[in-house]
Parts: sequence; structure tokens; C-alpha cells
Amino acid sequence: MREDIVFAGFGGQGIMFMGKALSYAAMKKGLFLTWMPSYGAEVRGGTAHSMVIISDSLIASPVVKEPTICAAMNNPSFQKFEAKVKPNGLLIVNRSLVESEPTRKDIDVMEIPATDMAFRLGDPRIANMVVLGALLAKKTILPVESLIDSMKDIIPEGRRGMLSINEEAIKQGYGYGSR
Amino acid sequence: MKVLMCGNEVLAEASIMAGCRFYAGYPITPQNELPAYMSRRMPEVGGVFIQAESELAAINMVFGASLRGVRAMTSSSSPGISLKQEGISYLAGCELPAVIVNMMRGGPGLGNIAPSQSDYFQATRGGGHGDYRQIVLAPASLQEIVELTMYSFDLADRYRTPVMILGDGILGQMMEPVVLNPESRSSKPGIKKDWILDGCKNRAPRVIKSLFLGEGELERLNQRLQLKYRKIAEEETRSEVLYGDDSTIILVAYGTMSRVSRNVVEGLRKQGKKIGMLRPISLWPFPEKELKILSEKVDKFLVVEMSCGQMVEDVKLGIECKRPVHFYGRSGGGLPTEDEIMRELMTIYSSSLP
Amino acid sequence: MDTIFSKPDSMKDVPTHYCPGCGHGVVHRLICEVVDELGIRESVIGIAPVGCAVIAYDYWDFDVTETAHGRVPAVATGIKRTHPENIVFGYQGDGDLAAIGTAEIIHAANRRENITIVFVNNSLYGMTGGQMAPTTILKQKTATTPLGRDPKREGFPLKVCELLSVLPGVFYAERVALYNPQNVLKAKKAIRKAFQNQIDGSGFSIVEVLSQCPTYLGLSPKDAVKWVEEDMLKEYPLGVFKG
Repeated sequence: MREDIVFAGFGGQGIMFMGKALSYAAMKKGLFLTWMPSYGAEVRGGTAHSMVIISDSLIASPVVKEPTICAAMNNPSFQKFEAKVKPNGLLIVNRSLVESEPTRKDIDVMEIPATDMAFRLGDPRIANMVVLGALLAKKTILPVESLIDSMKDIIPEGRRGMLSINEEAIKQGYGYGSR
Repeated sequence: MKVLMCGNEVLAEASIMAGCRFYAGYPITPQNELPAYMSRRMPEVGGVFIQAESELAAINMVFGASLRGVRAMTSSSSPGISLKQEGISYLAGCELPAVIVNMMRGGPGLGNIAPSQSDYFQATRGGGHGDYRQIVLAPASLQEIVELTMYSFDLADRYRTPVMILGDGILGQMMEPVVLNPESRSSKPGIKKDWILDGCKNRAPRVIKSLFLGEGELERLNQRLQLKYRKIAEEETRSEVLYGDDSTIILVAYGTMSRVSRNVVEGLRKQGKKIGMLRPISLWPFPEKELKILSEKVDKFLVVEMSCGQMVEDVKLGIECKRPVHFYGRSGGGLPTEDEIMRELMTIYSSSLP
Repeated sequence: MDTIFSKPDSMKDVPTHYCPGCGHGVVHRLICEVVDELGIRESVIGIAPVGCAVIAYDYWDFDVTETAHGRVPAVATGIKRTHPENIVFGYQGDGDLAAIGTAEIIHAANRRENITIVFVNNSLYGMTGGQMAPTTILKQKTATTPLGRDPKREGFPLKVCELLSVLPGVFYAERVALYNPQNVLKAKKAIRKAFQNQIDGSGFSIVEVLSQCPTYLGLSPKDAVKWVEEDMLKEYPLGVFKG
């Protein structure tokens, strides 16, 4: 098993955090993983992305050039990454914010109104967790329960109040992805 | 217990585990997580963090803390490391221990912030003036950052010399599971420093200096330094060899590039191809003996770097040019992929078949 | 018999290498007298600059380090921050402090480092052969201003005490001179105060000492002292700028 994942969006969407959350859950499962951010001046341009590789064997470079899974959380990231997804890979599109229509026929596209769903849950910022839930429904990298379990470790002390809403977001995303 | 932190933070925490209690630095991408971590952590352990006005000031603050007997570190990335060279030369001349971290980015000039390995010459030849050497250690994983960071403080104290940890933007920025185990260190601190300046109470005054004007004085210092460097070369050279006994081609790579190269080697081994790898862990001292042994058994070498070819010179010197040495590299942010290395290797491999 | 004059304990009993009439020997001695009087010889760490005073450790009988050119305040910071119990002082010339080390002195002062700086301003670079310093006065001829310093070409004399005194991190800044015994005594008082401030934890103290370099002023020792009094003083008024 090996998945090369890119999470892409704009600052404030928790792009780095969703990568870390999945990485942490993978670490708890004893899998090999790397996490790598886009860094520096690039981040100021509007899109940011984090790269996660999860594997059952040693990972060489943490840089993802051709993602097997990509979550595009906004329109610019969709435009930047659609073409880069590996044939037969999965592209998750945050339909709430992505206006463009997918053109690739050789990849699996899952559209999800993640920001709308998050908004209904009470906080548009947790669209990232909705998407993570949906991702784990589509791809059996690790059980969704281990992601939920990990949340209590990675949400900082001061924001423990966010725990239940994050869990709910993951569950709803998982439910959406399982349809 | 495994934790998830980025390489810069892992390095910072490892230095604290090694007893580092002084850090001064100046922000530069891609190593900013390191000073930020130190600014939080140093006060917790009774240490000192200073955001200096420049790299020049930072390395000289380290100079001050070091001569007072405190384990001290500074970090930067390529352009900032160029500014520190003056201080490194003085540390070497005054025989002061210090740890300097370079998370390399693209150059020359302002270059870019992408990962790179193009400061190899500067690090291994000494970018400052004078007849000196610095120990250069090149970790390839976050776990090895822990081990080599702690080791670097021990080496710096044992030999009274600056030690550079040479990483790159990828190692600094990436996360992978790591165990922060203070017991994993190769040796223990506790070397008695009977040379520091702490006020001349109950002893004769001491002087720390690198100016030697008397006839023959500086030459004697240099000869003593050379003896020290020879001892370091004999005792502290580190490398890792994969499939050294039956390979026809040996890949030579360090740091991030050794990670990619390792995968290439393991992949080709599964196909029955006789490919091996040498990974220098200490870049100075360079594993010349290991290379020489390999050159007796191997047909060809392929050096892979994120540069236009710098370590390739040391490989040629190490094997005394007895075998062909090929080079594959990308620079300025280019990262050689497994496929690219594989292609290069197969071209060389098929041309060496009878 | 009462001893009315003797060598300070902190001073080594050796002849200095300074030129006849040079001010460094006097300033060295004043520091040693102060170190003795304050009883800090066993806790003091001196920092020698690059310049004529680079081998000050040959005359000071306490712990001394040498530094790269201009980096004295940074090295002082590294020592003092890790071991505040040591009394740390830097000795800098005008090239060291006011040219190549301008960033270091301003930022050490601005960080309110609790250190003492003795700044010897002799208006030129002695060690390298009498070139222009940032503190060279207008019309002054040096090896690199053969026609005299022209503000259109070389800008203006840099006034360190005035500059630093506006920084909130500076506790004490005073300019003194050595051109007669009264002023030497005043200089000692100022240096003593700058050390006492550090002992009290008051913050950054600097004493600028106007000194003479007969060799590169091209004057006799007597005329060089007179030049400081008559010409240099016009550009650099004495007094307390802060504290």
C-alpha cells in the first residue's frame, strides 16, 4: 500500500492541519509516512498545499509530484492540481468553492460540498475534516475511527472545545463518501 | 514513543537534549521553525534564545557563549551561512566548540528557497579563511537528525571545533515519525572544559585568541590543528554501505538524495541487478577508506546530488580516479527522482555489461 | 612610607607596544584601576577588538578574549546572557565600533545588554596605517583622505554617543578625553560608573574616550594632545549624553 496525497487550498482552510491529522493517525497505526508543506513565499500567493505519503514500506522523498489522491479545497488549487493527479487516482473536489468542472476522464472524481456541510455544522473552517472523512470512505488507508481517535491528541489544549465538532465533521464526510 | 515534528523542530529539541543552552539566529527560509521552537523552548530549560540582528552577530554570540563554556548553536540556510563563515574561521582558530546548522537552499546569490545540496564545497572546504577544517555531518532522516545532533555537540566539545549539520529544505520542513530518546546518544557529555573564560578566580588569567604574531607561533598552531584534524579523520569518519560486496555499480549520495537513491538500489536489487550504495554520513571527514575498498571490487560509481556536482570530486579523490565516476544531479530546486536516477543508472549499467 | 602610586594588580608589569604618546596605555590602566577598586578582577571578562588594542590581553591580568573585527558587542552578549554573574566589558576602537561593527553596537545597546563598552575614538585607523575612520573630523587629512575629509565625498563624522543616547536600551553614555590630568580623572570616573552600572544591573553603558594617535596625526605627542583639545573637541563635545 502506498498513497501520495496532496491537500491544497488557501490559507485558513487548515490545509497543513489536515495533512498532519492524517499523518498522525497513520503514525498511530504504525505505518510509514512523511509530511511536507509548501513553504515560504509560495504560501503567500493564495494557494498552500501539504504533501503526505503513507506507505507500508520506507519512504524516500517526501515530495509528491504525481498524487494518487488530491483534495482541492478551492478553485485555484483545483486548477493547479487537476492535471497532476496520477491516472486512476482520486481527485476530491470541494464543490462549495470550486467553480470549474473537472476535465480529466482517466481519474476518479469525488465532488463534495464540504464548506457548505461544515457551515451547517457551525464552522466553515472544518471543511478540511469533512474532506478527510470522505477520503477515508473512498480509500482504505486506515479506519476512520483511528482518525477520530487521533483528534484528541492533535487538537491543542486551548481548542478542546472543537473536538466534538471535528469528530462530527469527519463522520459526515465519511457518510457522504460512503454513498 | 513516536512523535510527529518537522525536521527543524526535531533538530532543535535534540540539541536541547544534548545540553545546548544557547541559541542565536536570524530568520531565513527554510529553517524558520528552528529559531521559533528555540524561542519557546530555551526559557523552559533555563537556556538563552536571542534573535540576532544578523548572521554575523548570531555566530559571534555563539562564540561568546562557547568561550564561557556553554553548549551553543546557531542555524541558518545557505545565504546566511555565507555570512557566518567569518565566525566559523574564528571559532576554528580559537578552538571553540560550536554547532552550526545549514538547511541548504538554492544558490548562488539569493537563489531560491527550494531544497538544495549546493553548499557542499563551502561546508567541506571551509568557507572561511585559513587552514582549518570543520566536521560536517549529513543526516538522512529525522531519526538521524536526533542522533547526529547530539553527537555533534559531543564532537564539538571533544575536539574543540565547530561542527556543521548539513541538511536541506526537505529535511528541515518534512515530518516523519521520530523517537526523541535522550539515551540514543553515541557518547555522554561531561568533558571537563579547563580552558573557558569564567573569571580568573583561584587560577591564572586565560586568553582566548587566534592572533599569533610571534615567529613560528601561527605555524605551530596550524600544525597542532592538522594533528587534530588527522585524529578526527581517523576516529570520526562515518558512512553506510549497502551491498558493498557484490555490486558492479555503487551509487554515492548523502542526506535527502541518499533516501531517493536507497529506494532505487532496493528496487533494482529485487530485479537481480547488482547495484549498491555508499552513503557518507560525515562529509568531512569523507569516507575515503570505504571508497577505496569499494573501488577494488566495483566497476563504476554514480554520484547523485542536488547540485551541479560537488561531492563527485571527493569520490574521484577517494578512489584515486581508479574507476569511472559518473554524475547525475539537479540544482536550483530540482530534485532527482527515482525514475531519473534509475534511467541514468541503467544507461551506465548496460554499457558495463560484456 | 606610604605608597602614593603603584601599578594596579590587574595590570601586567610589562612595557606596552603602543607608540609614544598613544592614549591606549592610559585607558588600559584606567580600566585596571577600576577593576581593582571594584574588586571584580576574578569575575571580569574583557573583550579585545581588532585594531591597535587587539593584544590588550598582554597587559590586562584577567580573562580576556579576542574577537572578529566589530563583533565585540555580540560576543559580550553571548557571555553575559549565559553567565550574568560575570562582569563583561568590550574595548573597541572607532573602526571596530563605528564602522564594521555599527550593527552590533546599536543592537546590543538596543537590546539593553547589561554590558560595559569602552570606546576609544582617536579619529583614524592606527593599526592599518592612518586611514580615515567614521569619526575622522572634517578637513582632517588621513592616508585615504589626502585632501582632507570632505563631507561631499566622505560624509560626516559619526557621533556615537549622540546616536546611542536616543535608544531606550542605553542607560549611560558619556564622552570623555585624555588631554590633561583633570580629564583623565574624569575619564576614570566615567569608566568606573560604566562598570558600576553593570554590577547594579542597570543596562548598557558606554564611555567614549577621545584619544590621540600622534603617529598618524603626524604630530608630536604634545601637539597631538593639543589637537584633541583644540580640533577634535569642537566636533565631539564632552559630557554625559545619557544617564
